[in-house]
Amino acid sequence: MSTSSYKKSDVGNRGAHGLPDKMVVFQECLQQFNASPVNAKKCRLLLGELLRLIYHGENFPAAESTTLFFSISKLFQHKDVSLRQMVYLAIKELSSTSNDILMVTSSIMKDIQAGDIIYKPNAIRTLGKVLDPSTVSASERLFKNAIVEKNPILSSAALISSYNLLPIAKDVVKRFTNETLETLTSYKQFPANQFQLHEYYGSATTNLPSTSYMYQYHALGLLYHLRNHDKMALMKLITSLSEGSQLKNSLSIIQLLRYINKILVDDENLIKILYPILSSYLKHKSDMVELEACKVLINLGHLIKDDEFMQIITCLQKLLSVPRTSTRFAAIRLINKISIKHPEKIMVVNLELENLINDSNRSIQTLAITTLLKTMGVGTVESESGGESVDRLITKMTSLMDEITEDFKIVIIEAIENLALKFPSKHKKLVSFLTDLLRDDGTLTLKSSIVDALFDLIKFLSDESGAKQLILMNLCEFIEDCEFTELSVRILHLLGDEGPKTSNPSYYIRHIYNRLVLENSIIRSSAIISLSKFAVICGGSLSENIEILLKRCLNDVDDEVRDRAVLALSFISNKKKELIVKEERYNLNVLESKLTHYLNGGDFSKKFEIEEVPLLTTEELKSMEYGRKMRKLDNGSEEEKEETTIDSKDQSNDNKSGSNGNIDQTLRLQAFSAELSAIPEFSTFGNLTTSSQSIYLTDKENEFVVSCVKHFFISSSKLVLQYNILNTVDHMILQDISIVTQPDNELYQEDLIIQLDELKPQQQGTVYVVYSIPALTDEGEGILSAFGNTLNYIHKEIIDEEGNIDPSDEGWADDYQIEDLVITPGDFIQPIYNSNFASIFEQLPIEESSMYNLKDFGKTLPAVVEKLTKPLNMMALDGSDYVPDDSASHTLKLLGKDVWGGKVALLVRIAMTNGKLIAKVQAKGETEKFVDVVLDGFV
Amino acid sequence: MGQVFSFTNIFGKLWGINKDIRILILGLDGAGKTTILYRLQMGEVVTTKPTIGFNVETLKYKNLTLNIWDLGGQTSIRPYWRCYYSNTAAVIFVVDSTDKDRIAIASKELHMMLKEEELLDSALLVFANKQDQPGAMTAAEVSQALNLTDLKDRSWSIVASSAIKGEGLTEGLDWLMDVIKDEQL
Repeated sequence: MSTSSYKKSDVGNRGAHGLPDKMVVFQECLQQFNASPVNAKKCRLLLGELLRLIYHGENFPAAESTTLFFSISKLFQHKDVSLRQMVYLAIKELSSTSNDILMVTSSIMKDIQAGDIIYKPNAIRTLGKVLDPSTVSASERLFKNAIVEKNPILSSAALISSYNLLPIAKDVVKRFTNETLETLTSYKQFPANQFQLHEYYGSATTNLPSTSYMYQYHALGLLYHLRNHDKMALMKLITSLSEGSQLKNSLSIIQLLRYINKILVDDENLIKILYPILSSYLKHKSDMVELEACKVLINLGHLIKDDEFMQIITCLQKLLSVPRTSTRFAAIRLINKISIKHPEKIMVVNLELENLINDSNRSIQTLAITTLLKTMGVGTVESESGGESVDRLITKMTSLMDEITEDFKIVIIEAIENLALKFPSKHKKLVSFLTDLLRDDGTLTLKSSIVDALFDLIKFLSDESGAKQLILMNLCEFIEDCEFTELSVRILHLLGDEGPKTSNPSYYIRHIYNRLVLENSIIRSSAIISLSKFAVICGGSLSENIEILLKRCLNDVDDEVRDRAVLALSFISNKKKELIVKEERYNLNVLESKLTHYLNGGDFSKKFEIEEVPLLTTEELKSMEYGRKMRKLDNGSEEEKEETTIDSKDQSNDNKSGSNGNIDQTLRLQAFSAELSAIPEFSTFGNLTTSSQSIYLTDKENEFVVSCVKHFFISSSKLVLQYNILNTVDHMILQDISIVTQPDNELYQEDLIIQLDELKPQQQGTVYVVYSIPALTDEGEGILSAFGNTLNYIHKEIIDEEGNIDPSDEGWADDYQIEDLVITPGDFIQPIYNSNFASIFEQLPIEESSMYNLKDFGKTLPAVVEKLTKPLNMMALDGSDYVPDDSASHTLKLLGKDVWGGKVALLVRIAMTNGKLIAKVQAKGETEKFVDVVLDGFV
Repeated sequence: MGQVFSFTNIFGKLWGINKDIRILILGLDGAGKTTILYRLQMGEVVTTKPTIGFNVETLKYKNLTLNIWDLGGQTSIRPYWRCYYSNTAAVIFVVDSTDKDRIAIASKELHMMLKEEELLDSALLVFANKQDQPGAMTAAEVSQALNLTDLKDRSWSIVASSAIKGEGLTEGLDWLMDVIKDEQL
């Protein structure tokens, strides 16, 4: 006999996700919680519903939340432990929205002192939320007792709550330091009945852990926050904890490693003391710990020796073959990170990496391939035999390409592009791999990414390599049979830009004309523009032939095509080359910001001044793009590092402008220009030519933090030094602040100084000092100089809470020595990019050369190269900023543009013999005397 | 068994045993409310701190289940008393008999509270507490200061007490139980 039954329940009024209705729950809560006597089970279920709502993001407005809170507080009359737990959870959630929650303070405190062990931890956590600065001291003893409690769960709860109390009562929490220390190193065992309470564990209580040591993690976190301003205390904590494996909990060791990392980022000199600790964790029973130790050491890679670095690699190598997927992934991610900067160091794991190409996890596969692509690249540069491995890898990838998804393909395409950029000599294989891929089936996204990669290669590979020709021809072939209009249009545009400059333009014209015959109107229109570019650039008979081709288009069925043909023909016949091919473009970022400013200004009676937007030549555009690309390559690994260093707003701004490069540079210049033009004294100086990055002249932790920006006004030969001063002393006011500057080049004359009247604590202010820049033709020391700086001020003490000073206090004058500021050749140079360094270098008229002994510049070539290029502010071309670690000589090619508009190029040959570093520098340029200046300031 | 259960249930209902009786202890800060609560519950004197919020205890007294709420008396907490007025069978108002300066304030708070609609039917027991202290006012003096005689439409009583010595508390509570049984069960 079959029966069907239906039980009526309150399922009916449930909304999305099976959530109960908010108002129904609210009403029900008020009714049940105020009932007498309280029905514990019903209330518990209701609280469950309420919490579910809140966890799903439902919010109760303050009034409702407060009403709820008061009705929940009435449940304290019931002794049911499960109900009490739910009550605590609910109060904790409501604490952020309801007022007056301090009403439960006494009840909670009583539970913590004399309540049941089951809800005690909940009570402690809730207390942390309920307390405010006025009531927190009443619970000091409670917290101290709970922290040192034998039961690890209670102890953890108290530690976490203390941590959460830090923002409102740091002083009180500071008094828990001793208790926290005691807990950190003590042994706390779960109570014997811990697991029996839950049926999940059943009767198999024998192999359950007796403790998790989790309280160590919590205690360490709290302690760090109490001590992180005191470096000595922190060091003591770290060294004492790393002795004799005091920390048992893996998470707490990881946390310790992170703190070590932070300390080392601040003060690299401590590496000697801390390295043994870090390396000792490279062998640990937990792979999480090993990974974290590797990560920290990799971040600090520049501080440790090569054989020490090998230890990291060995550790990672071992982790690559563990069964746990997440561990393998983390390990290969770290290896990938190393490969960005030091691909030669991980060649030893190539074998493992090749095996991982067939890993079951797709992310691991991807990372394995991209990493291999980098290490292979190094192999090819160092030795000819390396070429084989690239071949092998490409064969392997070709076979793999059929099996993998598109996202994965795109990652690989990017990696191949980067490889080709870094190692131009290997482009042939890689380009052919890309073009093969282009011919296969694929969606628009995939094809776009291939085309993007090829475009970049055309732009940035040098002309002689023949890469351009090869790629252009392949692209021509591709558009013969391309189903995506947008890609065809882009390629036609590129052909128009690049084709005319090649040796056989007619080849491209034929392909473009085919489009005119066979394709849709959009493609036909862009083909016309492309052809017209050939006509004006190539000229001669080619131009006449193109005119004939274009005339045929005058009968096209489409308006746009006809219009463009007419326009192009008229430009060509009137010899208006500049209307078809433009060498200069507006700086779009500046244009945008100017337009926004104009529109927001609301004053439309004045014309928008387009002249103020700087024009960029194609060359400059290229250098920006190249710079951005290279930075992206290098910075991939450094994002994390930046996050940790963002302490103050000021600093984060610096970081940003540092990483986003040239475009921001122009925007920054605009901002500075606006700021400086607002100062009447500077109104006659003309346009701001260039501004340096902000340079710190003090440590960032000092009493006064001073940073300086150098502004150059070349048209009026003025140098404005902008000193930003921050007063970090809480009880001091500075008045009449000035900077005394002492140039070591007597040709620099101080014109004026704009002082700062007053700086209150935590205020920032600016002092400007103006100098006349000596003319370039002057003999002697030229235009380079170092400035000795001293901060002068009158010091007054703050006497009351409001920060007032005693009016009768005359203060006393004091000075504060800050670091020197140097004017380097780089201040007068901007990096530019060109793919043909050799021919440019050849053409520059003025030449000087010199030899240098680089004895103080570091021991390894990469370090020397970095130290040399940084102050010059020039672009390293042909990948010459990359130096393999073990090579004995290197040629550095640098190109830039000086502020007077001329190009400057440097060819630096560095050789290492018998441990001595010798550099031969050939400098060429277009501006008289400036080449001397560059050589002068080279070291 | 079920039989027996329902039988006691009926009995319970007859005698009002099964119903929780809600009693509030109110009064100015430092009057001795918390001490009285725990003296009643545990029979001993506990050291107390100013109550931030409330304490609630359940105790059996002469077959009755009492739910006693001791609300904090500090100025900042008094506004929240009203959140706990509903379903209250009786209010115990505790006065510090030695605190002559603030007896007027106590009187004001008392009469304001009694005006609340939710408390119209509740009985009032006043403890003139701290009788063990020298210079304490007598129950009569306190009664006069609080104008208790003005209260015509509710049962009230004032008892001299000392929570520390445990004097007067049971007398007061006995009176309260009688009144509640008479009027509300």
